[in-house]
Amino acid sequence: MLAADGLRFSYDTTPVIRDVSLDVKRGHFCGLIGPNGCGKSTLLRLLSGVLKPSAGTVRLEGRELESIEPRERAKQVGYVPQQQARVFPFTALEVVLTGRSPYTSRFRFENEKDREIAMGALESVGAAHLAARAITALSGGEQQMVAVARALAQDASLLLLDEPGASLDLKHRAQMLGSLQRLRKERELTAVVVTHDLQMLDANFDFLFAMKDGRLVAEGATSEVMVESTLAEVFDDPNVRSRHLEGRTFVWSEG
Amino acid sequence: MMATPGGLLRALFVAVAIVGVAVFVALSTGYQPIDWAALQTDETARTIFFRLRVPRVALGLLVGGSLAGVGAALQALFRNPLAEPFTLGVSGGGALGASIAIALGFGASIGGIPLVFVFAFGGALCFVAIVYRLASSGTVVMPGALLLAGVVLNLIAGAGVLMIQFVTDYTRALQILRWMVGSLDVIGMDLVWRMLLFLVPGLLLLLGATRDLNLIAMDEEAASALGVNVRGVERMIYGASSLIVGVSVAVAGPIGFVGLIVPHAVRLLFGEDLRIVIPCSILLGAAFLVLADALARSLLGASELPVGAITALVGGPLFLILLSRRKRYAAI
Repeated sequence: MLAADGLRFSYDTTPVIRDVSLDVKRGHFCGLIGPNGCGKSTLLRLLSGVLKPSAGTVRLEGRELESIEPRERAKQVGYVPQQQARVFPFTALEVVLTGRSPYTSRFRFENEKDREIAMGALESVGAAHLAARAITALSGGEQQMVAVARALAQDASLLLLDEPGASLDLKHRAQMLGSLQRLRKERELTAVVVTHDLQMLDANFDFLFAMKDGRLVAEGATSEVMVESTLAEVFDDPNVRSRHLEGRTFVWSEG
Repeated sequence: MMATPGGLLRALFVAVAIVGVAVFVALSTGYQPIDWAALQTDETARTIFFRLRVPRVALGLLVGGSLAGVGAALQALFRNPLAEPFTLGVSGGGALGASIAIALGFGASIGGIPLVFVFAFGGALCFVAIVYRLASSGTVVMPGALLLAGVVLNLIAGAGVLMIQFVTDYTRALQILRWMVGSLDVIGMDLVWRMLLFLVPGLLLLLGATRDLNLIAMDEEAASALGVNVRGVERMIYGASSLIVGVSVAVAGPIGFVGLIVPHAVRLLFGEDLRIVIPCSILLGAAFLVLADALARSLLGASELPVGAITALVGGPLFLILLSRRKRYAAI
């Protein structure tokens, strides 16, 4: 569904992404892991079309991403940045409703159906009670729920999420992942998710990409990548340990 | 207020009603009270009304609406509730450009377009480009740096204007001085028509960008992911704002804080949706400046106060209040 070939990118002179190629299949949930500053977020931006690579191409269903009209692209690809500005006290519902903007023409407002979709998206991540609240008054985790709800309201078939659960509590993290898994069953949602949370990866993702210094250093089925030797190399930490318990992989560092 | 067609209509209805009242009040106030019945018969009353008062109110509507509309757009674009043509130095750039034109000869025009319009537009465009370049690193605009850069650019523009006044001849220096204070003094409708030629396309561009600005006001990157051509919208708003502010400043002088007070009040009244905030800011900005000018004309009886001083006296303190309530606006 999504294929990147020979991606390179630098913000100024230091290269951040050095020759990354990857392939994401329809209906797959892929985790993107790696140490801080290795280029995960930048790679996600390149895949979303928000940034243009200095070399290489991204293809969506075989079409070059840059050749797709941006609003058309927004109907297929949803991208949730790690952090979003929150300056003006828009309500959470107003923010989620903008997920419908690719479907709304320039001089129209969102209609009743768009409102239902937006409320449904808020409900599915467990944030319906926030609808009328100002986003400036929400906690970090609540804002993440609103941001993901907006991407769900966008009704895209591919979601690119940058640490969507990082500030979420146990229950809401499970609820968010649950609603993503449900969409995957219902309509083959595909997702690439940047995460630092190495627990439960095998429960939620089919495939892992591991990055280091702007390159992919390991990729494969989750169980193949989640082994001590690979993780030790990716995170440059010989003290990484992993154990299996009740069919799940648990990872920690002895420090 | 919900962002629905009905919500927009209700907001526009309220705003238009306020404009109507403001126009009526402004047309009635002045050194010579208007006797509406005498307008039918008395030639002098008619002349005062149609050659002086109507053009003045029309100019106030245009300048007030322009400054407030641009203020609302710049606040969204820079995601900074304290941004407006004056605090960002755009007015200063326009003023510097206009002063140069006045020093070169006020009456000159190229193909019917007053030279002072062209220079003010150029100055405003230069300054908005500089302020943005200074305040942005990569894709992030630093809100504090933005306002600081605006203040410094205003100081530079002020020094430039002083220098021009110093080297130019006496009458032109006086002309610049009177114009710098900010006044809506105008005789006849000629200038108003000529301004409309520039303001109408500029304001239409702003109104056409409200949906995109709404997304950018929430977050630039998310807006881009939703299909907004952020760089394109930015360039378009710079151009339109410089044109609108340049022409307003060229005619009325740098009138400050209208673009701050009005959008702020509009957001309190009608909510945050830019598709409602921008058209309502244009209308209520028009009403606000017309009323401020009526106040300027009537406070001292025979002599009149500069309207720029009145807007600054109201707007300056409001700016400080907003600054002290930075918790509501986490990014300042």
